[in-house]
Amino acid sequence: MAKANRATSRAGVDADLARRLLSDMMLIRRFEEKSAEAYALGKIGGFLHLYIGQEAVAVGATSVLRPDDYAVSAYRDHGHCLAKGSDPKLVMAELFGRRDGLSHGKGGSMHLFDRRTSFLGGHAIVGAHLPLAAGVAFGIKYQAGDQVIVCYFGDGAVPQGEFHESMNLSALWGLPVIYICENNRYAMGTALERALARTEIWRYGETYGIACEPVDGMEVLAVREVVSRAVDRARKERQPTLIEARTYRYRGHSMRDPAGAVYRTKDEVEQEKLRDPIVLFRNRCLAEGVLSEADVRTIEKDVNDRVDEAVAFADASPEPPLEWLLTDIYKESP
Amino acid sequence: MSVITYREALNAALREEMHRDDRVFVIGEEVGLYQGAYKVTQGLLQEFGPRRVVDTPICESGFTGVGIGAAMIGLRPVIEMMTFNFAILALDQIINSAAKMYYMSGGQFNIPIVIRGPGGPAHQLAAQHSQSMESYFYHVPGLKVVRPTTPADAKGLLKSAIRDDNPVVFIESETLYAVKGEVPDSPEFTIPLGRAIVRREGRDVTVVAYMGMMYRAMEVADQLEQEGLSVELVDPRTLRPMDTETIISSVRKTHRAVVVEAGAGFAGMGSEIVSFITEQAFDDLDAPVERVTGANAPMPYARNLEQAKTPSKDRIAQAIRNVCYQNGS
Repeated sequence: MAKANRATSRAGVDADLARRLLSDMMLIRRFEEKSAEAYALGKIGGFLHLYIGQEAVAVGATSVLRPDDYAVSAYRDHGHCLAKGSDPKLVMAELFGRRDGLSHGKGGSMHLFDRRTSFLGGHAIVGAHLPLAAGVAFGIKYQAGDQVIVCYFGDGAVPQGEFHESMNLSALWGLPVIYICENNRYAMGTALERALARTEIWRYGETYGIACEPVDGMEVLAVREVVSRAVDRARKERQPTLIEARTYRYRGHSMRDPAGAVYRTKDEVEQEKLRDPIVLFRNRCLAEGVLSEADVRTIEKDVNDRVDEAVAFADASPEPPLEWLLTDIYKESP
Repeated sequence: MSVITYREALNAALREEMHRDDRVFVIGEEVGLYQGAYKVTQGLLQEFGPRRVVDTPICESGFTGVGIGAAMIGLRPVIEMMTFNFAILALDQIINSAAKMYYMSGGQFNIPIVIRGPGGPAHQLAAQHSQSMESYFYHVPGLKVVRPTTPADAKGLLKSAIRDDNPVVFIESETLYAVKGEVPDSPEFTIPLGRAIVRREGRDVTVVAYMGMMYRAMEVADQLEQEGLSVELVDPRTLRPMDTETIISSVRKTHRAVVVEAGAGFAGMGSEIVSFITEQAFDDLDAPVERVTGANAPMPYARNLEQAKTPSKDRIAQAIRNVCYQNGS
């Protein structure tokens, strides 16, 4: 393993920022736990891919974006969508397939979209949203804007042709896009070593002449620092970056693979849980005196309340009316 | 009104729409410096510069995705497929990203793009470069599919496609680029998507055809006129949404129908057209509807085999006589 950037202690985080980062990560964790419960109760159907364990990536990256910057994700998208600022009530209602969901129940877990937060969707064909991100960056440049786009994808997308096409086009045209590969070491059940001839994913950036680096995806401050550099590069120099965030998912690939037990050992999972991104950051904040135990308890209560509210809201939201089966297929042109 | 080629009509449509709307840009392989593999984009790079005429490397999926991403934030790209055969590489982007985004997002993100280029049978280009591609697309809710037969249609329909707020698959033809016809000069000239046209009025039988098959059917119709058969020709122009009304009202008038398509017949365009004629006008029919389709084979290279692959004038004439019970039987 190449050395990954670890945030040093005393990283100059004030209480407000610490509270925000911890709160955002805990919100995602709690949201995902409650989603799993709702799935078990049959309230959520289809595929449900949980983000538990990877929270530091979405939260660290989003914390250095402006509200008008864009983000786009794959099918494991709840965390990115919530981090970007979507209302958990609307996200949960979407998972429940209800009319008040972000997409009125038409998208579901894998297809969260929120125009209000510039969240450009969850896309569920592996690798296919990487060219979309390049296209958004192309559009930003075309319109002489100064936004950037962050594109999250898993290690499973790296062997796809569209990963390489997107790296090439972004470098060739100088596009303001930040590609963040969340390397959780398994593409569904296929370990990285069984999928990639070269397993240091960030180094593929070198092939295309793109600024690239690995980062410890369990350290929210480290993610923040690396993405912050990439955002500067995109905004000021209009250049792309490839970041490999090394992380781990504690749950299986989806709810249909609850333990992920076939392709990895219990010991491995337990070992990785010792570096839980939320625990790491919380302990650091406590140790450095940035936050108190009381602060953490307040955050916890607030987060739990918000997720309970989201579940209640989703439960109360009606199913979409049957007429909506045939709406939103074609937009009426003026 | 000017007499120009189909190619020039497309070029004029692109130029006019690029002048009209800065959000419109052209992207694809060889569209700029090379002036277009089939010269449809000739002169655009010189006129509009590299910001709006974007040459790409060979990566159909990649640059189609770029177009779709740009459309998500309000641009209106015209994506050129050097030939539609290559669009198969971008099929996932066209179907799973472009066609479904508006629906999956609950109406938040529409994708105003045009994917255009030549498709259908060409001359001795063999199996991978010569095939009717529309069936891959018209099955998909969320896509519109256009097949323009004449230079005027090429211009008017392309302009409408560019102004449309949805993904439009616009399939031209190598064999028609040099065809000349009268085309209105006005930059305001457009032809709405989803409207068929009666190209030739007749009393005895309705023939539905488009692109090269329409020209072939027209010759057959002229020839059968000598035999006393009056053929009405209907060109759907847009395959999705299809103007079933114009086709049905023609069938109600003639009581007989033949559908001609260049592509392999199985589950082809003709199957759908015959279905809705049967569903909506069964009682008006005096004979079963006939289909004349390309052979169920990949396109061969050899000239004689290639000619046998697509519907000949003889086969079209035979089908028309069949439905009119004029084959001496």
